[in-house]
Amino acid sequence: MAAKSLTLYEKIWNSHVVEDLGDGVCLIATDRQLIYDGTSFPAFDMLRAGGHAVRRPSSTLAMPDHSVPTKDRAAISGGAAAMVEQLRRNAVDHGISFLGLDDERQGIVHVVGPEQGFTQPGLIIACADSHTSTHGALGALAFGVGSSELAHILATQTLIQRAAKPMRVEISGTPHPAVSGKDLALAVMGAVGAAGGVGHAIEFTGEAVRRLSMEGRLTLCNMAVEAGARSGLVAPDEITFAWLKGRPMAPSGALWDQALAYWRTLASDEDAVWSRRVDVDAGDLAPQVTWGTSPDEVVGIDAVVPGPDAAPNAAAATAWRRSLDYVGLTPGQRMQDVSVDRVFIGSCTNSRLADLRAAAQVLKGRKVAAGVRAMAVPGSGLIKRAAEAEGLDRIFTEAGFEWRDPGCSMCFGSKFDSVGPGERCASTSNRNFENRQGPGARTHLVSPATAAATAVAGRFADVREFA
Amino acid sequence: MQPFTKLSAVAVPFPQPNINTDDIYPGPLASPVVRLKKASMRDRADMGLNCFAAWRYDDEAEPNPDFILNQPPYDHAEILIAGENFGCGSSREMAVWALAGIGIRCIIAPSFGDIFFNNCFKNGVLPVRLAAEETSALRALAEDRSGPTFTVDLLAKTVTGPDGRVRPFEVVEYYRQALLGGLDEINATLTRLERIDAFEQDYRAQRPWLTY
Ligand code: SF4
Repeated sequence: MAAKSLTLYEKIWNSHVVEDLGDGVCLIATDRQLIYDGTSFPAFDMLRAGGHAVRRPSSTLAMPDHSVPTKDRAAISGGAAAMVEQLRRNAVDHGISFLGLDDERQGIVHVVGPEQGFTQPGLIIACADSHTSTHGALGALAFGVGSSELAHILATQTLIQRAAKPMRVEISGTPHPAVSGKDLALAVMGAVGAAGGVGHAIEFTGEAVRRLSMEGRLTLCNMAVEAGARSGLVAPDEITFAWLKGRPMAPSGALWDQALAYWRTLASDEDAVWSRRVDVDAGDLAPQVTWGTSPDEVVGIDAVVPGPDAAPNAAAATAWRRSLDYVGLTPGQRMQDVSVDRVFIGSCTNSRLADLRAAAQVLKGRKVAAGVRAMAVPGSGLIKRAAEAEGLDRIFTEAGFEWRDPGCSMCFGSKFDSVGPGERCASTSNRNFENRQGPGARTHLVSPATAAATAVAGRFADVREFA
Repeated sequence: MQPFTKLSAVAVPFPQPNINTDDIYPGPLASPVVRLKKASMRDRADMGLNCFAAWRYDDEAEPNPDFILNQPPYDHAEILIAGENFGCGSSREMAVWALAGIGIRCIIAPSFGDIFFNNCFKNGVLPVRLAAEETSALRALAEDRSGPTFTVDLLAKTVTGPDGRVRPFEVVEYYRQALLGGLDEINATLTRLERIDAFEQDYRAQRPWLTY
């Protein structure tokens, strides 16, 4: 009898099952974990309270990202300095590699993991952060965990979990060149919904995904969690391998060849069974922009703000009313007539070199509109240096953008970077929740190119007109 | 972990779908209590202060009388009856600690954010998945402000509303046992260390490129 057809998720999952504890709950071996300031402190407290050591320090990589200032970094003090120092101490005490603020490799965990080659196909990667789904872009099974689960992983290098259900999102067609991975991600949000992926791991397939750059795939998988799926996945291919080769923590020489042979087996079987499938046509997709306070409240840039009567059901209609009230928009209003106060290009969704290039291409020779405050925050020190080597920093600053040091920055409202009450921000991050970028902040999720075009126009703009 | 067996308590209706963990446990800037009262959230026991803080307090960090959890009988509810996708968003376990901090021991919803759902079980909080119609029916019963009692029985796997109807729910046996016994999961796993070692040896022998 032929072996059962499996999805990529099932193949990776099965290869990590140490023991089935019944009802599908499994003890699984995990390969690697990333640690940052914030959610890791309770995990280390739990280890200390239980008298547990870290079982495999070498499989762990730590760096501060959430609480770091992205301006005047040398002047870091107070709570932020204490957070960074505590993370450093936890790492050093347990023999874990630590990329501090003086290390050029420091950045946002979900940018640095892939960039260093720490993230590899076929591995299970965990981090106490929901956007760990990002790493699935390389064909790894990656998911966010809570602090208790992180403590369990650190102490045992295993996790007790139930497998997710495999879901397929097929993105077909060839999108307009200005339509990026972020636009695909937002269109997927609209098609799947904020709860549509709950209990599932999403594998992204289809022509538009196969042609997508690694950066675009990272953006796509980053937002899988916004559809409720703990993991996003793209089967590794030549784009993946070319991107990984030569990265500092990737295998090299004969080990590379052995790894590559295995990685090439990592694909869903043709007749694999999916528990859910959603199809998205990227063929004539417009650049996307969110209008509400949930990432699935999204329209094309050429559309109008929808009204609650267009909502799929009564509960959604109530939620839409609340969203419209919070964001201060009226149904029927053209998105391109909505003006913005702030523009943020950064976050683990869109702070990679390709993202900065796409924005800079729009900004070159143009100026940020009067009254708009805009900033660009590279995802890591290495990206910052590479961008500066290409002169991107000058394009940004000459256009009127602030050019910052790497960190999560204005993705969430921190004491260093936040959007003021009632201010409207075009943001390349992943969450437009109420108060996410600061109390009363109104967030609209867009691609880096759309963010740049919007900064120039002072209102949401169609980047296809900025050739 | 505090065990969970059977709970009889007041339930609060909380119908809005997609309540995210930023709503449940806001960041420092979005939270009036943390911002104005400089409340330290270092200790898990204090985190209840920050629960739903952007809604539970006004701009002066005083309790907002319009927020349902500030109104009797819901100010001492131990069961929360939510809408779809409760606890979506970030992985922050603080969301569960904050809910536990204001006395919530059980959340009933048609669906939950995956990471939040797992986090509940690690902290003696029982998340119950019930069909949308059942959840709505229970929520309607909870709207009675005389504060009738709801009973959640993990031994029998049932929720009984004030209407006397017994509604069975499903829960994965491993998680049920863990909650009933207040399992220390790390120590339990460490008893399997030999097996884990053997698995890893074999796994890594097949993947020599995994050098760290
Ligand atoms: S950039 Fe934003 S979403 Fe990404 S890890 Fe940082 S805070 Fe989280």
